[in-house]
Amino acid sequence: MLSVEIRDLAKSYSRRLIFKDLTASVASGGALVVTGPNGSGKTTLLRILAGLVRPSSGMVTMTVGEARLSPLEARTHLGFVGPDIALYHELTALENLAFFARVRGLALTKGELLALLEQVGLAGRGDDRVSAYSSGMRQRLRYAYALMHRPPILLLDEPSMNLDEAGIAMLRQVIAEQRRDGLLILATNDPEEVTYGDQVLRLGA
Amino acid sequence: METRSSAWGREAGPQARASGFTAWLGEVWAVFVKDLRSELRTKYALNAIVMFAVVTLTAVSFAIGQFRVSTDILAALFWIVIFFAAMSGLGRVFIKEEEAGTVTTLRLAASPSVVYAGKLLFNVVLLALLEAVVVPLFIVLMGLAVADWGLFLAILVLGSLGLAGATTIIAAIIAKAAAKGELFAVLSFPILLPLLVTAMGGTRLALGETLGLGGGELRLLISYAVVMIAASFMLFDFVWGE
Repeated sequence: MLSVEIRDLAKSYSRRLIFKDLTASVASGGALVVTGPNGSGKTTLLRILAGLVRPSSGMVTMTVGEARLSPLEARTHLGFVGPDIALYHELTALENLAFFARVRGLALTKGELLALLEQVGLAGRGDDRVSAYSSGMRQRLRYAYALMHRPPILLLDEPSMNLDEAGIAMLRQVIAEQRRDGLLILATNDPEEVTYGDQVLRLGA
Repeated sequence: METRSSAWGREAGPQARASGFTAWLGEVWAVFVKDLRSELRTKYALNAIVMFAVVTLTAVSFAIGQFRVSTDILAALFWIVIFFAAMSGLGRVFIKEEEAGTVTTLRLAASPSVVYAGKLLFNVVLLALLEAVVVPLFIVLMGLAVADWGLFLAILVLGSLGLAGATTIIAAIIAKAAAKGELFAVLSFPILLPLLVTAMGGTRLALGETLGLGGGELRLLISYAVVMIAASFMLFDFVWGE
């Protein structure tokens, strides 16, 4: 059993309060959607959950079974897709994936990396440099990066950004798979994406 | 954790990570190879440091002309060229990640010690390439005559290790600042001053007829490199954290 619990979370930058008193929890099989107007702190909340930003107060607890994960352990359990995730433009898609697999300590073969690319709709484009990719292809590559280590916790920030119809279909499959095998936290302003969740956390309300 | 097969052909749950020192070394090597491959394709730092070194050396050799220069001045000029050439390129290992927006991606995937060690290794290799250009040029243009090659190379290797150790952590600290280039040189200078003074002293001994001396300088350079790299490993978690 896996769970993420957010308790009395607040974040401010300098004297500007982004959000406060956020409380929510999501467990295996669940999907929490974070929504709210621009600047309400959706991305900041996801960055806090990913351990990239410290909250001003409150806490985030991630547990697997009875064990509480440290921030470093939590990173090995989560995948993150969002505008902040940039890949190396001067490297090919395959080189990017091979590098991130290696630093994650994963022993993925070239065949497995090619299969991963195929799953995100980038079959045959593995040897192209990322600089030659369109924004939609880069978004697909972000999914390959985020899913390569089979994370039980998936954080998605504006998940359908730049995706075409086939990309949206891939996204729906990812969400369905994630809800079956792990848990999902998704930040969006898109009314259709809000329906992907079974709980909604509204910021700036 | 319960695992089930999925349509993605994966088992849910995090894949087993390799662990242990050998695995750590493999991850460090991956960061180094990635940086080297990026560098060879973009020439982001290599062009800057080599061009800086060649232009500076040429300018100094023209300025000195036919004057006979003492070993004291030659040793000082040698390390001044190395220092400023290093300042123009070594900081880019982190600045490049920051400007390309890949910092977040790397932070999520790699452990801090792996990133620091990989970047340090890359800077050591970059410095070695710089010195492979500067030393022959110094011999040709400035008439550098080395009396004790063993001491000279030992000073060069240890000085470069200390230089790379210090500049790598300083580069990580200033990468988020607006005025990166200026800050890098300003912050590095006081930290590197003891190393530069010692390296200049050791190089002066290697250029003169003083065989058998230089042990004190070598011990100081070893201590500097060990302290700087050990402190950087401990500090890097905080620097890289947020």
